[in-house]
Amino acid sequence: MASPKVVLVACGTAVATSTVVANAIEEEMKARGIAVSIRQCKATEVPSLIDDVDLVVSTTPVPPGLKKPVITTLAFLTGIGKEDVIAQIERHLRA
Amino acid sequence: MSTFSRFLDPQAIVLRAEADTPEAVIRLLGGKLQALGRVHPSFVEAVIAREATMPTGLPLGTAFNVAVPHTDPEHVIAPSLALATFDTPVVFSNMEDPDEKLPVRVVFLMALNERKRQIEMLQQIAETIQRPGAVEALAGARTVDEVWAALDQTSFA
Repeated sequence: MASPKVVLVACGTAVATSTVVANAIEEEMKARGIAVSIRQCKATEVPSLIDDVDLVVSTTPVPPGLKKPVITTLAFLTGIGKEDVIAQIERHLRA
Repeated sequence: MSTFSRFLDPQAIVLRAEADTPEAVIRLLGGKLQALGRVHPSFVEAVIAREATMPTGLPLGTAFNVAVPHTDPEHVIAPSLALATFDTPVVFSNMEDPDEKLPVRVVFLMALNERKRQIEMLQQIAETIQRPGAVEALAGARTVDEVWAALDQTSFA
């Protein structure tokens, strides 16, 4: 079995927002049979943690030039566009 | 109601508040939490500084956007929430795109003292703002009882 894909979830302070997003992604991907390993960090920490990450999901802008796919979204907080974002995440993780 | 009632003191609710800037909102609500002994004196300035660089406005696609200012755990004594509503919107920046300005009618100031622990507080706020009409009901509340009624519909025991 393939090792789980690594998703780095970022927000401003890595206190609350990223945890809401991380929990939602974990739940949604589990429901789709995709194993994920989720890490959380501040947006400013993303460049130093990017190496073995498959996908970055952030609620706030992250530094440019990461060489990994980045999805910036508030959908897990506001509900707006949530199904689209989940589908996007699924596509990246199945790729 | 458990999550909101656990964290939100009625004395930290300000209805039909007036403020010109996010900073004024944070001073108003942070002052309430400080008076209740929930946060250290450093809290207010820390939230103001964070809001300036990492804003917390959440666009809901209506005229009733919300903001959820917060900061690092070391400024917090006990996990708490403060709530303000505004008849005249306060302009916050969008969390996702700080260049975009959002008229905000409801502000939840969050005091979180342990990373990843008070997740249910933001989770509950997220569920509330996703319920159609809930933010409008909150913004229109004239009494604390009406606030609880607006919050209660999404809360779970």
